[in-house]
Amino acid sequence: MLLPIKWLKDYVDTDKSSRELADGLTLSGSHVESIDSHDEVINVVVGKILKIEDHPNADKLVICTVDIGTDELIIVTGAKNLTVGDYIPVAKIGAKLPNGIEINKTNFRGVDSFGMLCSLKELGFHDNVIPKEMKDGIFILDKEYPLGKDILEVLELREAVIEFEITPNRPDCLSIIGMARETAATFNYELKEPKIEIKNEVDDIYDYTNGISVETDKCQRFYSRVIKDVEIKPSPLWLQTRLMEAGIRPISNIVDITNFVMLEYGQPLHAYDLNHLNGKKIIVRQAKNGEKLVTLDGNERIFDQNDIIITDAEGPIGIAGVMGGLDSEITNETKIVLLEGANFNSKNVRLTSKKLGLRTEASTRFEKGIDPNLCSVAVERVCQLVELIGAGTVVKGSIDVYNEVKEPKKITLRPERVNMLLGIEIPVEDMLASLNGLGIKSTFDGVLIHAIIPTFRLDIDIEADLIEEIGRLYGFHNIEPKPLLGGLTRGEKPFNLRIEDKVKSILQGLGLNEVMTYSFISPKAYDKINLPEDDSHRKYIRLLNPLGEDYSTMRTTLLPNMLELLSRNYNRGVESVYAYEIGNTFIPKNLPITELPDEKKVLSIGSYGDTDFYELKEIVEITLSKLGIKSYQYEREENNPTYHPGRTARLYSNGEYLGIIGEIHPDVLENYDMKARVYTAQIDFDKVVELTNLEIKYKPLPKYPAMVRDIAIVVKEDVLVGDIEKIIMKHGLGLIESLKLFDIYRGSQIGEGLKSVAYSIVYRSYERTLTDDEVNEIQDSIIRDLENSIGAKLRSI
Amino acid sequence: MKEKLQEIRNLAIDSINNASTLPEIEELRIKYLGKKGELTNVLKGMGKLSAEERPVIGQIANEIRNEIEDLIESKNKKLRSEEKAKKLQAEKIDITVSKKSKRVGHRHPLLATIQELEDLFISMGFMVIPGPEIETVKNNFDDLNSPENHPSRDLSDTFYINDEMLLRTHTSPVQIRAMKEYGAPLRMISAGRTFRFDDVDDTHSPMFHQLEGLVVDEKISMANLIHTLDIFIKELFGKDMKTRYRPHHFPFTEPSAEVDVSCLKCRGKGCPECNYTGWSMELLGCGMVHPNVLENCGIDSEKYSGFAFGMGIDRITMVKYGIKDIRLLFDNDNRFLEQF
Repeated sequence: MLLPIKWLKDYVDTDKSSRELADGLTLSGSHVESIDSHDEVINVVVGKILKIEDHPNADKLVICTVDIGTDELIIVTGAKNLTVGDYIPVAKIGAKLPNGIEINKTNFRGVDSFGMLCSLKELGFHDNVIPKEMKDGIFILDKEYPLGKDILEVLELREAVIEFEITPNRPDCLSIIGMARETAATFNYELKEPKIEIKNEVDDIYDYTNGISVETDKCQRFYSRVIKDVEIKPSPLWLQTRLMEAGIRPISNIVDITNFVMLEYGQPLHAYDLNHLNGKKIIVRQAKNGEKLVTLDGNERIFDQNDIIITDAEGPIGIAGVMGGLDSEITNETKIVLLEGANFNSKNVRLTSKKLGLRTEASTRFEKGIDPNLCSVAVERVCQLVELIGAGTVVKGSIDVYNEVKEPKKITLRPERVNMLLGIEIPVEDMLASLNGLGIKSTFDGVLIHAIIPTFRLDIDIEADLIEEIGRLYGFHNIEPKPLLGGLTRGEKPFNLRIEDKVKSILQGLGLNEVMTYSFISPKAYDKINLPEDDSHRKYIRLLNPLGEDYSTMRTTLLPNMLELLSRNYNRGVESVYAYEIGNTFIPKNLPITELPDEKKVLSIGSYGDTDFYELKEIVEITLSKLGIKSYQYEREENNPTYHPGRTARLYSNGEYLGIIGEIHPDVLENYDMKARVYTAQIDFDKVVELTNLEIKYKPLPKYPAMVRDIAIVVKEDVLVGDIEKIIMKHGLGLIESLKLFDIYRGSQIGEGLKSVAYSIVYRSYERTLTDDEVNEIQDSIIRDLENSIGAKLRSI
Repeated sequence: MKEKLQEIRNLAIDSINNASTLPEIEELRIKYLGKKGELTNVLKGMGKLSAEERPVIGQIANEIRNEIEDLIESKNKKLRSEEKAKKLQAEKIDITVSKKSKRVGHRHPLLATIQELEDLFISMGFMVIPGPEIETVKNNFDDLNSPENHPSRDLSDTFYINDEMLLRTHTSPVQIRAMKEYGAPLRMISAGRTFRFDDVDDTHSPMFHQLEGLVVDEKISMANLIHTLDIFIKELFGKDMKTRYRPHHFPFTEPSAEVDVSCLKCRGKGCPECNYTGWSMELLGCGMVHPNVLENCGIDSEKYSGFAFGMGIDRITMVKYGIKDIRLLFDNDNRFLEQF
């Protein structure tokens, strides 16, 4: 919302600077986005073209003699739109223009030029507000002005324009008067609304029209008047600069006035060329599927039954609240005009505008909601201005189709509630003053404040809404902070989140980097990890409206995201990555889903580079053991197409499945364009939390010495060390303190298909010193069992 | 005999002084002082001496023995310290060499920020409550007083699963869950993933993060809200930070405000980063819980009032670390992650 200060001053008297106004309004709730001004334009004055001559050395340039009152200047220009006698803005030598341009004497192909003739763009206007006929040339003033007078004075551009961000609950502020009302309330000024009078009315509206019928409940009101003897021409300069400053391109007098009043009151208006309305009548109705209209912008629009359209006796002439039709638009030939001030359902306008991809000044206002009582005020104001600038003659009478007249709401307010909720102490008088300042007529009966809510305040429904009004005018920044009272409360985090934090710090200690990936993934990701067609992970939830295929399913596994990021790092030349993510997977209870799915947390670890399966396994075990989960069982996972058949394990703890640890299958790696071996663990984090036991009981330090025995055996290649260890432990009589695998050796001395496995076994009793004999006896029984049950042969070390 | 002793002494002192290694000294010790050493040999001949001579010679011999012993001792000490010095000298290493053999883990900057914020609020007596990423339309919009016609409900703003379920667009539905479960009084925060239909660019991501807070109790006021958030902002960004509460609009709070804090770059002096306003804009949204929201959760809005606040963690993380592109947070480039 652009607010030209010059325009604002039509309705409030203020001597505040634009900065003061901006700061004050920001703190009362109208957030200022920027302050713009033409201050950069310095030393540009009105000049008159006295003579235009061809340039001797350049076809595309002309030499102008320009009278600036005090002086006659020779100025070379390339502009084509000049005529002798034109009044134009002249930037003298030493003048400054926006973007840091400074005017110097310049030689154009042998001719000295003493200044520059300016276009509107050079005076700081944006292309999109410059009238089409001025677009490619010098700005030609509409009439004679004193030569040498500063152009900013002439154009009344001395004041800044403030741009506001208006919140969606305050559509009434999308207007100059709305902002003037805010300004008045913020700074305690009086608001001066325009007095609308029409001096001369002729004939009768029914002499020219056959009436208006509204056949849909999506149009609450349609108010109409007629202007005849219209003479279409450019608007006076003051009107044009107002529009340009407020961000709208001037077109011609009638259209400009409707735009001016839309900006002034916030009520979008439309003017139809009445001679182009078939049957001289207007019908507002829902569109039929497939109905078409070529809109003002020259595009053909096709409607369905959810769109509200304006039609004449034959067919569509406008899209309600969005844009008018090309056929009935105001042209230079227009002689008689029908004005529309209507109120359309905001939702319909919003959906139609969105569907057609057509957002206009009108639609953005309608979709936020407008007071239907404004329809008539705005149309009357147009008539007044038409009369004022002599654009036509107002025809007597109006047509007003108004279903359900909107009446002001009444709300009561408890002053003590105001002070309680805001945490302040202000007297009732101040509350009344704030409310009345906003146009909310309020009185106090000794107990309650009775407030009458003007119909333009669509946002005020309950007491709290009024408290906000009082609070924001008091200024939230003026509220004295007060500490929370009441009983002490204990801050806490649920157990599973605490465990999550703990795991993160363990993993950080183990040298892993935390990563974070999207909750939605591509359905192709499940193919990329070679998941079988019937795998349960393929039962995923699809988004109804994804941002694209790549973001269309809620992940049931974290693995694809991990592989993607490892691959990305790998292909960017990162040598080695060790990463983990703790995130949700989304497991539907049924498909299509009818209730919220299970969001199951998974710990996903991935790595490549300087690492192997065993390191990853160790990381998982250390992490679990820190959570008090100390018993692990592994099963080979040989038939999972995602994983390497010989290097993957399913991890259990006391029979509870915890997850999978393994190397990624080379076929899958190929899909991810990776040549390094990749290791991953996918751990059921909810299960881990369930098994977590953080209780630690101190165990006394040993008093008796340990005995260490090394043992090396040769076994068949496919014997698992896990099985060897089980046998060793079985015979330990509880005296084996630790068992360390220190070598696995394969080589010609050992023999084909065999491996040598060497352990260091530490024996210790907590009650006594062990004897050689008893340890030897255990060793013997271990060796015997190893020989018998797995065919091991003792190897001398 | 006296001469003999003097001769041994002189010889011994000379050779000890000339010796340069510990074994040499040891050899000399044995040679002169050992059981079969020269001095001992001389003393063995003491028997032949007269009774008058014996004590005199004995004393001289003892003095010489002591002198040699002391000398050996001090020479030993000297050589040992020289040897130690030589060894230490030889062990000198290049202390500028970096081995870089330890793998160091790093927390993701955004998730670490969340944990930091949670810890801060826990210390202020808030409960941390998690909520699901897939939510009901009721929790995400209806019960939060979001108008039925609100654009944020559009398919072009919100990711839907079906008519009743969606990816939560903010963490606010956790407020609803918490109020329904725990009632009043309540002090809670909730942080997590949120989703909006935004194409990816420097500042937008379809997935982002919020932290949400709620206090419900008797007589909770806007003044309490300001006090609480001021503490939090000063803790997070520094004691010298100023705050500015600007009236704003959210469907679920009334009154509502946005909070600006001193520009994090210039600390409020004004710089290009803050458009010379001195403020970092819109860091938090907050307000007094709308009575409809309390009632929707079965809380008596006459007896209780409350305040709520929410903030975008991605933005806070980016501002904090000077990250200009939100995509970096989700890209997981190791070289990015290892900077935190």
